[in-house]
Amino acid sequence: MYIIDRRLNAGGKSLPNRQRFLRRAKALVQRAVADKAAERDITDIDASAEVAIPRGGVGEPRLRRANSGGLRDYVLPGNKKFVEGDTLERPPGASGRGSDAGDGEGEDEFRFVLSREEFLQLFLDDLDLPNLAKRRLMTSEAFGIRRAGYSVTGSPPNLALTRTMRNSLSRRIAMRRPSATELAQLKEKIEELENGPPESAEKLTSLRRRLEEMDRRSRQIPYIDPIDLRYRRFEPVPRPVTQAVMFCLMDVSGSMTEHMKDLAKRFYMLLYVFLKRRYRHVEIVFVRHTHEAKEVDEDTFFNSPETGGTLVSSALVEMKRIVAERYPPGNWNIYAAQASDGDNSSADRGTCTVLLRDAILPLCQYFAYLEVGAEDEGHRIGFATHKTALWQTYEALVEAGSEIAMRKVNHRREIYPVFRELFRRRSDPVEQGAS
Amino acid sequence: MMRRQREGVLFDGPDWDFATIQRIYDAVEEVASGDLGLDVYQNQVEVITAEQMLDAYASTGMPLLYRHWSFGKHFAAHDSVYRKGFMGLAYEIVINSNPCVSYIMEGNTATMQTLVIAHAAFGHNHFFKNNHLFRQWTDADGILDYLAFAKNYVARCEERYGQAAVERLLDAAHALMSHGVHRYPRKKRPDLRSEERRERERQLHQEQTYNDLWKTVPGKKRGHNKKTDEEHLRALLELPQENLLYFLEKTAPRLKPWQREILRLVRHIAQYFYPQRQTKVMNEGCATYCHYAIMTRLHDQRRITDGSFLEFLQSHTNVVRQPEFDDPHYGEINPYALGFAMMRDIERICRQPEDEDRQWFPEIAGSKDPMGVLKDVWANYRDESFMLQFLSPRLMREWRMFHLVDNPDEPALRVGAIHNEQGYRRVRQSLARHYDMAWLDPDIQVVDVDLAGDRRLELHHNVFNGILLQPDEAEQVLQHLADLWGYGIVLKEIDPSTGATLKEHTARARSPFC
Repeated sequence: MYIIDRRLNAGGKSLPNRQRFLRRAKALVQRAVADKAAERDITDIDASAEVAIPRGGVGEPRLRRANSGGLRDYVLPGNKKFVEGDTLERPPGASGRGSDAGDGEGEDEFRFVLSREEFLQLFLDDLDLPNLAKRRLMTSEAFGIRRAGYSVTGSPPNLALTRTMRNSLSRRIAMRRPSATELAQLKEKIEELENGPPESAEKLTSLRRRLEEMDRRSRQIPYIDPIDLRYRRFEPVPRPVTQAVMFCLMDVSGSMTEHMKDLAKRFYMLLYVFLKRRYRHVEIVFVRHTHEAKEVDEDTFFNSPETGGTLVSSALVEMKRIVAERYPPGNWNIYAAQASDGDNSSADRGTCTVLLRDAILPLCQYFAYLEVGAEDEGHRIGFATHKTALWQTYEALVEAGSEIAMRKVNHRREIYPVFRELFRRRSDPVEQGAS
Repeated sequence: MMRRQREGVLFDGPDWDFATIQRIYDAVEEVASGDLGLDVYQNQVEVITAEQMLDAYASTGMPLLYRHWSFGKHFAAHDSVYRKGFMGLAYEIVINSNPCVSYIMEGNTATMQTLVIAHAAFGHNHFFKNNHLFRQWTDADGILDYLAFAKNYVARCEERYGQAAVERLLDAAHALMSHGVHRYPRKKRPDLRSEERRERERQLHQEQTYNDLWKTVPGKKRGHNKKTDEEHLRALLELPQENLLYFLEKTAPRLKPWQREILRLVRHIAQYFYPQRQTKVMNEGCATYCHYAIMTRLHDQRRITDGSFLEFLQSHTNVVRQPEFDDPHYGEINPYALGFAMMRDIERICRQPEDEDRQWFPEIAGSKDPMGVLKDVWANYRDESFMLQFLSPRLMREWRMFHLVDNPDEPALRVGAIHNEQGYRRVRQSLARHYDMAWLDPDIQVVDVDLAGDRRLELHHNVFNGILLQPDEAEQVLQHLADLWGYGIVLKEIDPSTGATLKEHTARARSPFC
């Protein structure tokens, strides 16, 4: 008998099959994922999920006998009172009983759990960050260090021991440096002869001479020679900037309802998850404003009530200040998403335009403006007919050639489509960036 | 030394290490080979984690199998159910190979490991090695190598012809897998050498017995008894043929060699599992009976503690639980329960027969050698014949079995037979038929090919009891079949008593494999 411990074998043997399954059912799973995402809390969008897809889409048909019709019989255990010839009412739902029904075939949905990675992969599939071209053009790059072979010079901590000893060994063999065992054997033999009969004196002398010769040789040929030394070599490699900062700007004046804030929060969450998959390191800055702007933590940002007028430019100024202070654009990819109900004081319009066009937009990889409306507003008056002050400001900017992504959202279910639309993979991103 | 080892408990508490497993194995082997006289392949016990067990589930228990999305689907389903805690994992999986591989889970307690080794490494192993179906149809020595070959071959085909093409072919082959087995041994095709020898012998005989006079005897006209062309073609195509995969592999006109080879792989794997489907009750019954006997013996010898024995009894009773038909947990007859009950019953008949048993089982009643009888049973029967022979009236009474008939022409269900003198044989016959694969799988055969015309393939389904094929699935399978065949097909569902066609399915090759 053999006992074999297989526990250390690489797990995930089913992983390739699982991936094939997901790919096959991709369209179905993607729809399920979108549904799931819509009903999910923002905080756990970034977790694994159970999804259900129609069974027919991934069925494995077999030639089998039908579940109903025809003459059927069963042998059952546990008879209590029946005698031969008794009749029983047919149970409702036909005769699905018996061994013919395969396991679980009755269910019309196939349920399984997607891991966090798989969920996000499907959730954010074929979305892409716009304006990546800009990132490529950026000159200032961070440098990393990478192993690059061996060199003959270097500092002692970088000594490549195995390589050095290998060189030393081959050199010693090539130069015929006597080894320790050889010397020991010879000495032993001489000792033996010294205690032995006197007639071996001649042999003894020759052996002694040989020992002397070997000693000399091992003194002349060093065990480790500077020639043998090898050091691990490192070289600096340029690394593209892989950190991003995301600015969340939000109007928290009295006109913003809880519903609107919730819409904004959902959008920010999606953006955060998305950035996180593209960049190794993502920071978030929350800037909220009424007639003056302040950087706050997440909880305050979403939950603490505030009153006051509305001055959008204050938030832009604050953002500009924070960028200048902490996030040099050379090292950071800057994303900004602004949410507002569209109110702004009319005096602020000029300041906003100038700030955005000359200061903020050139810093940003991407600037999205999300106008949130009341839940029932979309049905009553389309936004085409009614344009808010801020919308008009930004629209003018866009017409003048600035790049602002603008969308209006009234309902929770629109968040996901709007997000997808904003980040849909363009057919030719380079061209897009150049235009 | 040996004596000292035999005494004393094997383990104390739930923890185990590899030395414990070895000790357990040695003790179990002593009982299994010594007292029970089981004859097993060499064992290989592999310790795996829960995750690896799920992996094994997904690939139908095989340690290695080619890649296909359906295995991923099964994995996802098991994984989901397991995580929610709806399903415990099996304690073991055993593979019919030589050496016989049993997987045991690392999470099992020492008692469970003892049970698992007794159950799988000896019970199932004995059955695999001795049952005639396994001996005849499976190649335990070669299966692992064959699976490795299959996996590599499919992977190579994917590299060469693209994953999509291979996947589509496997989908089609899997759809026909249940009709890809030989149920009877085929006639051996004579090889060239023996043909030549026969020809030579015949000629020699003719030369030796040559007599010129025979020329003068008037003979039959030549070419009179020749078969018609049609019959000749049918014989060439080996029609009628119920092994659809075999038929396609050998005769589908447009398949490439690699496609035929993949059909062959799937067919071989289906054939390998065919005996298991036919012997579920016996196989589990044999293993359960063995583990029960071994564990009891070990307890009698004081080699496992009372606590361990109680733990064993608890999981044993769970395994052989049979809810009654009106219990909400009733699914179907539990093969472990029925198998175990029948094996114990045979033991009882051998040891303490009653008059009824003497009448029903004259050959074995009171034979005093239950192990001999059981071993003979395990070697020579399959579920259907086993039940037909050995389901005793007493057991039917204990289980209170009854036979229920659902006839669409009658307004209600009818109790056809119960556990009484008039009913025993009918109950037994009906139960046995539920384990007869030829009865469970629809009987579908290729009967004709229109070789002179549009090469349309004709299949017949011989309908039993008016139960037709599941129409939506049949349609999909037939589409696969048409694509494999490369031309149109028609499947007629025929009532064998009247010869009337009840239903007709047709399919055209939409995107034939070629």
